[in-house]
Amino acid sequence: MDIPFLIAIFPQVLLDGLILGFMYALIALGYTMVYGVLEFINFAHSEIFVIGAFVGVEILLGLRGLGVLDSLPPFLVLVLLLVAGMAASGLLAVTVERVAYRPLRGAPRLIPLISAIGVSFFLQDAIRLVESVWRNAFNLVYPTMDQLNLRFQVTETIDVSVKSLVVIISALLMLWALHLLVNRTKVGKAIRAVAEDQATASLMGINVNRMISLTFLIGGAMGGAAGVLFGVQYSLINPYTGFVPGIKAFTAAVLGGIGNIPGAMMGGLVLGLLEAFAGSYMSLLTGGAFGAEYKDIFAFSILILILIFRPKGLLGEVVRERT
Amino acid sequence: MKHRSYWRLAVVALAFMALAFPSAVLAGTAKGTIKIATQSPLSGDQAALGEGIKLGTQLAIEQLKGPVEKLGFKVELVPYDDQAKPDVGVANAKNIITDKDILVVVGHLNSGVAIPSSEVYKDVQLAMISPANTNPKITDRNLPNVSRVCGRDDVQGVVGAEFAKSLKVKTTYVIHDKTTYGQGVAEFFRDHAKKIGIEVIGFDGTEEKSNFDPIITPMKAKNPDLIYFGGLYPQAGPLFKQAREKGMKTKFLGPDGMDSSDLTKIAGKAVVGMHYTTVAGPVSVYPKAKKYAADYKEKFKKDPEPFSAQAYDSTGIGLKALEAAIKAAGGKVPTRAAVTAEVRKVKYSGLTGTIEFDGKGDPKKALYFVIQVMSEDPGKWNDNKEVKRLEIAAPALKK
Repeated sequence: MDIPFLIAIFPQVLLDGLILGFMYALIALGYTMVYGVLEFINFAHSEIFVIGAFVGVEILLGLRGLGVLDSLPPFLVLVLLLVAGMAASGLLAVTVERVAYRPLRGAPRLIPLISAIGVSFFLQDAIRLVESVWRNAFNLVYPTMDQLNLRFQVTETIDVSVKSLVVIISALLMLWALHLLVNRTKVGKAIRAVAEDQATASLMGINVNRMISLTFLIGGAMGGAAGVLFGVQYSLINPYTGFVPGIKAFTAAVLGGIGNIPGAMMGGLVLGLLEAFAGSYMSLLTGGAFGAEYKDIFAFSILILILIFRPKGLLGEVVRERT
Repeated sequence: MKHRSYWRLAVVALAFMALAFPSAVLAGTAKGTIKIATQSPLSGDQAALGEGIKLGTQLAIEQLKGPVEKLGFKVELVPYDDQAKPDVGVANAKNIITDKDILVVVGHLNSGVAIPSSEVYKDVQLAMISPANTNPKITDRNLPNVSRVCGRDDVQGVVGAEFAKSLKVKTTYVIHDKTTYGQGVAEFFRDHAKKIGIEVIGFDGTEEKSNFDPIITPMKAKNPDLIYFGGLYPQAGPLFKQAREKGMKTKFLGPDGMDSSDLTKIAGKAVVGMHYTTVAGPVSVYPKAKKYAADYKEKFKKDPEPFSAQAYDSTGIGLKALEAAIKAAGGKVPTRAAVTAEVRKVKYSGLTGTIEFDGKGDPKKALYFVIQVMSEDPGKWNDNKEVKRLEIAAPALKK
């Protein structure tokens, strides 16, 4: 075994893992916040994530069509993409809640779950339909912005692109903003109150429906931002792109303790790092017997182990049974 | 009263004639309809190539159906969408064999779909002529009803490795997409590369579609001279693009799965200058295909994708076989088995050369090309440069 080689690529793998991890963390927030207030899994969240990516690519392609993409400063463009992606995904999430979940509020838990799966399929094919009519394309590609692709050579094997730093920094900023919003503002307090006990919260004068809509708006916006960052980082998207990151982010949310916001962030990071290390090191450590294609098996085996010993997830608290 | 009922009778008779007359004149006689089915992905990420196969077949039917129509049959196209998925292909195949009018299938795009589907056609001796399937197992199963007009991966992998050697490549890293086709051709490449002294420093399969970091990071540290990707452009595009973005300056090489303008649409300048081997050259390398490309563009308002000229030839062979089988049956509808037997007897001079099948359904001699990507503009895909052309006989069936 080639130990110096393993050490040489370590920082690069760490960086890959962090990028992936922050992406999962942003998506996982949508799952965990909705679970926190409604105790159901919003399986349509993976499509809400993809909508963000599609809005981003449409704006970029639109700007390029107008011929102004290269003259605008790339960071301004990026902020524009993020804002637009967040707005679109957030509003979509609110609409989905209003149309597909709220009428089922009183129904047994499984019913909105099925409704969510239906919405997920509906949105996938709606995106596919719109894109095939509008652009006659299935795969869409984020145009390259050269300044974002600049690289800093750190060592012979390691270099860092501006793009990856941008992804990490924007994710950190958003997670921090969310933290402030939930823990330091009145609105955040209201959301937490609704999560704790809807009936009591409404007795205290909190508009429960509005808070639930707000939760979907924030979770959706985080997902939309993740979509834009995903597109900027990995460049190729199609209407079904959301499925795998969605499932992984859901897993991250469970890993961190579903319903728990810092838990989702941590779960995302842990899963992203596990995946990056498994993918890069597996074939080296096993002498090629298990290649990078087994990364998910490895990552998910660790996950099962963690959940066996900590069934509530890494940061999960014991949820009080409601009476 | 009496007068009026005559009038009615006249109207009915006229209506009858109006209905019966034109169809009798236009279709020659009413002997029936023969259908040719296509199976290729018409939706999903490989739809560009699949659509090309369908349209090539459609054009061939329109231009070449004359002899069969003269014998009194209408020829119709029935396109099926196999979505590049084996289960969908097999389900379609089951529908196809229940439609007694379908006597020839042109398809598929993906070897992994063609193999199970052809087992279904085999049960009823329905002829399948493949424009694009390169996996050796297509014909090495020695099915009487399965033929192809293109070359094979065991040869293509060898051509790729030999070409890599001629680029003075010393080390290579091989990645594949874990499909029958991709892994197959990657293994043939790897085995021959080892044999001729190229060091293979990695061999990895992945179904990943967007994030190739876990593959690229160790690969970059090992710094191979060449990356070979056994698979199709929807995966190759992002892989190559991300490898370049991560600062790799390695050469890229791939099999005919790279051959779609969508590759440059996805990867842009990252793939300019890379090479791929193929069994289907760009339309520009076939002298006879010039008119075809013009007709295609006029009718469908886009350039022919790779394999659409092969689909045109496959259909041409099918129509020839139909003509012979109808004549042998004394002008009646031939059986599927009869058409299948005739396909193997056809010697056909088509757009892509003269095609004649050997005992297992391979063309006796097939062309192999090495092509270089010349421009990042997807519209210029058909201008890619032919670097090398080889005519190689199909390997004999191994006992």
